[in-house]
Amino acid sequence: MPEYAIETAALRREFGRNVAVAGLSLAVPRGEVFGFLGPNGAGKTTSLKLLLGLVPPTSGSGTVLGAPLGNTEARARIGFLPEHFRFHDCLNARELLYFHGRLLGLPRRGLETRIEALLLRVGLDDAGHRPLRTYSKGMTQRAGLAAALLGEPQLVFLDEPTSGLDPLGRLLVRDVIEELRAGGATVFLNSHLLGEVEATCDRVAFVKNGRVVHELTLASAEGTLDVELRLGGADEALLEGLAAFGSGVTRDGALVRLHAHAENVLPELARWLVGRGAALYELRCRRKTLEEWFVEVMGDDQRPG
Amino acid sequence: MRGTLLIARLTWLETRRRRIALAALVCGLLFLAVFATAMYHGFRIAEAQGGTNPVEMRIAATVLTVAGLYVVNFLVTAVAILLPIDSLSGEIGSGVIQTLASKPIDRAAIVVGKWLAYLAMTAAYLALLGGGVLLTMRAFADFTAPAVVAPLALMLLGAAVMLTITIAGGVRLSTITNGIVAFGFYGVAFIAGWIEQILSLFQNTTARYVGTVVSLVSPSDAMWRRAAYELQPLTAVVFQAGPFGVASVPSAAMIVWTVLFIAGVLAFAAWQFRRRPL
Repeated sequence: MPEYAIETAALRREFGRNVAVAGLSLAVPRGEVFGFLGPNGAGKTTSLKLLLGLVPPTSGSGTVLGAPLGNTEARARIGFLPEHFRFHDCLNARELLYFHGRLLGLPRRGLETRIEALLLRVGLDDAGHRPLRTYSKGMTQRAGLAAALLGEPQLVFLDEPTSGLDPLGRLLVRDVIEELRAGGATVFLNSHLLGEVEATCDRVAFVKNGRVVHELTLASAEGTLDVELRLGGADEALLEGLAAFGSGVTRDGALVRLHAHAENVLPELARWLVGRGAALYELRCRRKTLEEWFVEVMGDDQRPG
Repeated sequence: MRGTLLIARLTWLETRRRRIALAALVCGLLFLAVFATAMYHGFRIAEAQGGTNPVEMRIAATVLTVAGLYVVNFLVTAVAILLPIDSLSGEIGSGVIQTLASKPIDRAAIVVGKWLAYLAMTAAYLALLGGGVLLTMRAFADFTAPAVVAPLALMLLGAAVMLTITIAGGVRLSTITNGIVAFGFYGVAFIAGWIEQILSLFQNTTARYVGTVVSLVSPSDAMWRRAAYELQPLTAVVFQAGPFGVASVPSAAMIVWTVLFIAGVLAFAAWQFRRRPL
């Protein structure tokens, strides 16, 4: 089994003169919840379509679950929830899931039980008999989520999965992502809601003008922990010593700031300060939010979408 | 094959649920009711007057059968164009196609599955209307067409040409553009068929050549002309030109070409759809 669920090298897609994806190089390990971030028009959806084989690349290559992009058989192990899930609205949710299951190659036997369990999971068990045209936007998205999970996929692409969902629906998506992670599946999450990404993703990539410009591991992001100390009797030697615990040490009167390498250095830092005889009045730390990262990485030329 | 049959089933279910099949059925039955009423009264009056000889009666019955089937041919062709007109372009526009194309089936299965479903519906519609006309003539005019299967099969082939062109157009064109192109193909073939027939009476080889070339590009009308010939070989000498005329009978080679044309256009549609970004 390959180590990476998704691996691409310089994927490029042009539409006439417009370059939608300039050179996408990604490596998403199996079992990771991966966030894909970028402003509108950055090429996120086209990148996702390239990975799903919906759009052929102009150049470059890649594999998904070890198979070349667009491989038909590999799609049986992939779940996909488009941003605006649509299906034939004359069908009801049970019929929708039945067709999805059969198209995925699932045997008829056991399919009905799986459909009922999924309808219950997404809260549509009471509405499973109603045509999709009578569904609200949130209900349609829930039906799409059930369809994406139907084949017990090893890799799930979620394109703005919470668009149109109420807070309970968003919580459902978050829980589902956690369940997928617990089950060992890889999740590729394309979302504008940074709080949602921060709460669920292990790692994120920032996309700008069709390229990945920065990657960040959220759980142990180096330099993401801003530490603020209020000290009495801090001399230059003490400030120099603080550099062993982090970077960017600055002083503003009694306030000393630095970016800690990791959260686990904090107790050691406190012990070291006390040991050096410094008067420690206050130690505060704050992790840089994903929104701050986003603004920093995207720079001045980001355009409101 | 599994994917093709599933898409065909899904297409049929959608056509039924959207009441498209019901609307076509009601309109078809309405046409048959009007046709049967006209034939019933027409032949009863002719019999009551008692002045018509059997040869004239047979010619009249033949012409009326061909006239009825001419309307059936138009209705079936229209259905063959309208049924799939927004099938692919509509699903591409709405995003439904992304859900289907991300499944482990070949994209060609989507094109062929839809084509099969619409072809079966068109065939059923033709069997209903064509069968209705032939049974009406048998019941009220005591007329049995010299051939039944061959003309209906040729009419289906002509309708299948338009169905396939419309499916292929839907891969790249918007719904309205596709409709304009499909009816354009039909119209050009129709008028070229007339020109070919009328001018062939004057032994005009250029016109025949133009007509044949147009028939090669859009062979739907040629199939109707061959079907009309199969229906009225005896009266063909009398009615040479016009919609029921068979002054220029398409050859067996044209039938083979039509089958190859349908297969080729369908293969092209599948190939294009495989390459198309969705």
